[in-house]
Amino acid sequence: MDIELVKDIIIPIVKILFIVHLLIIGVMAMIWSERRVSGWMQDRLGPNRVGPQGLLQPIADGIKFLFKEDLIPNHVDKPLYVLAPAMLLVPAMITIAVVPFGSSISIAGIDEPIPLQIADINIGILYILAIASLGVYGVVIGAWASNNKYSLLGGLRSSAQMISYELTLGLAIIGVLMLTELPNEILTKFGDDEVNPLSLRHIAASQGVHPWNILIHFPAFLAFTTAMFAETNRLPFDLAEAEQELVAGYHTEYSSMKFAIFFMAEYMNMIVGSAVVVTLFLGGWHFFGLENIGGEGSILAGLISFAIFFIKTGIFLFVFIWVRWTLPRFRYDQLMNFGWKFLLPVALTSIVVTGTLWIITDGNRLWIGIGNVVAAFIVVAIVAGMFALDNNSKSSTQATHDAAPLRGLDAVE
Amino acid sequence: MTAEMILFFIFGAVSLIGAIAVISFRHPIYSALSLIVTFFAQAGLFVLLGAHFVAAVQVIVYAGAIMVLFLFVIMLLNLGTLSAKSALTGKLKGVVVVLGVLLAIQGVYIAMTAGTGTALESAQASTETVTTYKIGELLFSKYLLPFEVTSLILLAALIGVIVLVKRESQTEN
Repeated sequence: MDIELVKDIIIPIVKILFIVHLLIIGVMAMIWSERRVSGWMQDRLGPNRVGPQGLLQPIADGIKFLFKEDLIPNHVDKPLYVLAPAMLLVPAMITIAVVPFGSSISIAGIDEPIPLQIADINIGILYILAIASLGVYGVVIGAWASNNKYSLLGGLRSSAQMISYELTLGLAIIGVLMLTELPNEILTKFGDDEVNPLSLRHIAASQGVHPWNILIHFPAFLAFTTAMFAETNRLPFDLAEAEQELVAGYHTEYSSMKFAIFFMAEYMNMIVGSAVVVTLFLGGWHFFGLENIGGEGSILAGLISFAIFFIKTGIFLFVFIWVRWTLPRFRYDQLMNFGWKFLLPVALTSIVVTGTLWIITDGNRLWIGIGNVVAAFIVVAIVAGMFALDNNSKSSTQATHDAAPLRGLDAVE
Repeated sequence: MTAEMILFFIFGAVSLIGAIAVISFRHPIYSALSLIVTFFAQAGLFVLLGAHFVAAVQVIVYAGAIMVLFLFVIMLLNLGTLSAKSALTGKLKGVVVVLGVLLAIQGVYIAMTAGTGTALESAQASTETVTTYKIGELLFSKYLLPFEVTSLILLAALIGVIVLVKRESQTEN
């Protein structure tokens, strides 16, 4: 068989199939672990009847969803009602395309090492932000098409929340991009002329040479992670669902497999989001040189690097579940205050401090890391102080009322 | 025909169909969604021109942020389907016809002078190396003044909105 054909078509297809199936299996694993870990955290058992340790529970759930009647209520806007779950699932799936899930593998007969990444496009991180910003449409359109006031309220909340937290998501990574550097020998190995800070592969590789970004950009890491929780609609940011107020929020009118697709999309968003955080802040496939066992570029090293990435993502997914049972849901005005008055300033500060200290200390990452944390503390203290003054001068209900930037919502609710 | 040309025609057709759908649908939600489709197809065209950064920004800003706000407002105001009454009437119709004719003349002129479709290839050849890094460099050196002026305009709009909203809430109280 022609080498070029294998390189250009067969290997990418194998990579795509591998990752897509891994994502779907990951969703099943997440359904199981969410229920079991939740049970463990609440000192109960969780589902443990289907298969050993309840491991076959997701399959039982899936079969149940498939065999339920696929109901479309009469009062819905049919085309959009059917389209909405797909509009949520597709962005969740295609984001993973630019995330590097390991270093690279050399296979006999092919001259170049094969990068363990589906596509290394030159706007990598912008692609992720662009696709992430589209995820909201599934929620909003599904909510509107359901023609149900609970759904609509969920959709409205979700769109306002997404717009607010997207800004933080984008700003928090700029510091990371500024400090992405690679020595020349790694660049030539990748076959690139210069460092492209937007490429997730370069960002991850840069953390193999320098300390992990979480150490240098700790406040930005916190801001990014929080914004990502908001983008995935997970507790404490699941106002779009809010069972106690909105029945089930945007998917109230959905049942059977359509509801299951909404659920799968949420879990896929979590998995992809964790993978992105691992790549940007937690060192990607690096773990103190462990990824080079068996020689760089060998199959063993490639598999180990993938395993490192996999385990890191898994640990981060555990944090998702952990947070769910630790923090209660925000109130709407708290959500907006937190996003605009705390997270956004912290993310902006990290840009200013990183840039300034980069010039002053001539690229000393230790000082940049310390400076970032100190500056974030100062900013949070200032904002909190302003809040305290604000609340003293007004009655507390008035303050709450004024603080909501989208005041139209008060009228609706 | 190269793959780029085929993609160009696909994206072009989708963006035209989307644009026509925006003004053809009677329901604002459907119009807004068609507009998103158009923005997407245009982002695809930018990618074909080698302007990856512009394509990403197109999706992030227009499809991702501005259209979400549009949908938000449409849903919040619960705008219903347009009735026949709200269609264009009288004087406005004349203006639209004149503008339409002008646009058609423009289109014909461009189509006649544009030649044989080599514009795409030459544009690709000249912009192949435009990276985000170079755009940033240009923005902060050659185009620094326009860039800063734009930010001032945005700031002014922002302050304007805050002033308007604050005044409203004071009169309410």
